[in-house]
Amino acid sequence: MALLLKNAHVIDPQVGLNEEGCEILIRDGVIVEVGHGLSMAKGVERDLGGKVVVPGLVDIHVHLRDPGQEYKEDIESGTRAAAHGGFTDICCMPNTNPIIDTGSVVEYVASKAAKVGKCRVHVSGACTKGEKGEALSEMGDMVAHGAVMFTDDGRGVQDAGMMRRVMDYAAQFGKAVSSHCQDESLVGKGQINEGAVSTRLGLLGWPAAGEEIQIARDIEISKLTGCPIHVQHLSSAHGLDLVRRGKEDGAKVTCEVTPHHMFLTEESIGDDYNTYFKVNPPLRTAEDAEAVVAGVIDGTVDCIVTDHAPHADHEKACEFELAPFGMTGIETSVGLVVDKLVRTGKITWERMIELMSVNPRRVIGIERVAIEPGSRADLTVIDPDLEWTVTPDCFESKSKNCGFTGWTITGRATDVYVGGYATMQDGAITSEPIHL
Amino acid sequence: MAFSHKHLIDIRDYSADDIALLLDTAERFRAINERRIKKVPVLKGYTVVNMFNEPSTRTRSSFEIAEKRLSCDTLNFGGSSTSTVKGESLDDTVETLCAYKIDMIVVRDKHAGVPRKVADKSGVSVIDAGDGKHQHPTQALLDLFTIREHLGRIDGLKVGIVGDVSHSRVCGSLVPALKTMGAHVTLVAPPTLLPPAPLALGADAVTSNLDEVLPELDVVYMLRIQQERLEGAPFPSLREYSMLFGLNERRDKLLRPEAIVCHPGPINRGVELDAFMADHPTRSVILDQVYAGVLVRMAALYLLLGGDESIS
Repeated sequence: MALLLKNAHVIDPQVGLNEEGCEILIRDGVIVEVGHGLSMAKGVERDLGGKVVVPGLVDIHVHLRDPGQEYKEDIESGTRAAAHGGFTDICCMPNTNPIIDTGSVVEYVASKAAKVGKCRVHVSGACTKGEKGEALSEMGDMVAHGAVMFTDDGRGVQDAGMMRRVMDYAAQFGKAVSSHCQDESLVGKGQINEGAVSTRLGLLGWPAAGEEIQIARDIEISKLTGCPIHVQHLSSAHGLDLVRRGKEDGAKVTCEVTPHHMFLTEESIGDDYNTYFKVNPPLRTAEDAEAVVAGVIDGTVDCIVTDHAPHADHEKACEFELAPFGMTGIETSVGLVVDKLVRTGKITWERMIELMSVNPRRVIGIERVAIEPGSRADLTVIDPDLEWTVTPDCFESKSKNCGFTGWTITGRATDVYVGGYATMQDGAITSEPIHL
Repeated sequence: MAFSHKHLIDIRDYSADDIALLLDTAERFRAINERRIKKVPVLKGYTVVNMFNEPSTRTRSSFEIAEKRLSCDTLNFGGSSTSTVKGESLDDTVETLCAYKIDMIVVRDKHAGVPRKVADKSGVSVIDAGDGKHQHPTQALLDLFTIREHLGRIDGLKVGIVGDVSHSRVCGSLVPALKTMGAHVTLVAPPTLLPPAPLALGADAVTSNLDEVLPELDVVYMLRIQQERLEGAPFPSLREYSMLFGLNERRDKLLRPEAIVCHPGPINRGVELDAFMADHPTRSVILDQVYAGVLVRMAALYLLLGGDESIS
């Protein structure tokens, strides 16, 4: 089947492309030609006037909650939400029930996602059995079933010696270890960032040092073992400095940040104790948020991810200290980045593509996608001028716990092509599963 | 002067005039409490639920007495029989209570922020009777009442609050209330019993040296060492705590002659206060605080449920 995308503003820094009124000809899921005045004998034409077309966006930090907590999200709703948010690929986290720590659970997630056919799903396996931090997981078996990365996300590996063993062992598979940095002896039952707001609200503090100490540790262990380390959901100015210094030293360190750590702060948590703002690591100070954005601008940050963490209404509608950590974000991320970073001129479209498409693929080691002949036709189409308001009924996700609810955002993904087939068209998820 | 509040949850929402009106109203209720028949019908027909989701003897007793003396119908809800223990959510519990057609909920909970959530969900008046480590506004009001009663004013006084500030919901309300009324507040505690940003509470100064500040103070407010709430052994022993931060006969000599000693109770005798200080005939105002608790809670119930200042 042939598809001709017409009249689009096509941008891809990998091939030095930034042209308006451009056309992309796709045949059998592969880009055949990119240029002006293209035509085809027979096929489907789409006029994308006013839209921006970029290499398919990738979110490498997503909680699909399946298996085990399907009332929060399942592979179908989660991948529909991913497509709705503008993503062609996601990487899901292993803290499900059971934990994804064997090849068979990797296989379950991958095969179910393929059946749903809305988004390419890559699987992060646990790096220790049961995410207990005590014994190595069967990483080799998981790699054989397609796992792309290893992490105990949701928890930090507490023992430095154990982390060293994990990274030594993972190195043989050429996979990165990604680290949820949280020293439990420092963080304890911390609820929100430790400081003035935690004092005022009478909530236990979660100090930034509890994150930074493991960032520093894991960079050193990466140097020791040679295994690449990917720092997850980095939230503090000093944590970012540690990564910056690590990169200067030549360490194989990469890092990711979330929209909520860029655009929300601890001050968002008001006297109503809104549990949507309870996330892990916590929202930090305005200075931290500014530093994180500065890292996005200057290149220290490699990826923007969402840490999409769905929770049911009844779990969030409760006492702040009893509520689970996490907010959803996969359907608001692209809009927020376009609105707050691209439209404001803080970053270029090219930089956004690096952060949300090129680098994420590189970190998890999957096939490069570029807007050039021969590449797989995984594309995201963005309307940079579309204004919309985040409301609870606008989500494909089963859960509504989004801290940006009520925000009016300019920009969103309208169409997503995976292997040349639309998973979303004009903002609506297509009905047929596509073959993945 | 109009009293415009529906809830008493965050003392920082109250202006100096609001607080003064509450204290003056409490003073007017004193006469009722001195009579043989200690009951007036001003809140007859109002239903108040005491929702105590955490063990409390003193605060709940004080609220109950205040409610009864104003002729409210009261329902004590909570303790070990709470539906929360049975797995019911806070929202469902509140909706159930509201279906009884009630007028006010007095909330005590071990989790910070619960009174606000109850207020948002229920739509009725809410009094925070202590939430986690956050606030305890009626405690602050009774403290102000007692201080004003003994020293004639609050404005310009030097108040030292000594002890476990980090676990103290009393501080969460008392410090801002004292500041609103013009006092100078110093927090005195070992660093391990201070919150991460103590000045965020509104205090003027923080120190770990009790002996150094005692001579300046008009009011020494001793916090209770809440042994049930201490995490991770924040001091080596009660003996050492008492040595560094306890008020005792030796330290009495450092105090100004007219200085008073407050304590929210219950006292750990021999820890934060020795018997000499706890029972000191002129300095210790601890039992006056208990009595003031009934008066200010009567005032809060009365004003929040729509009473005006004409009570006599």
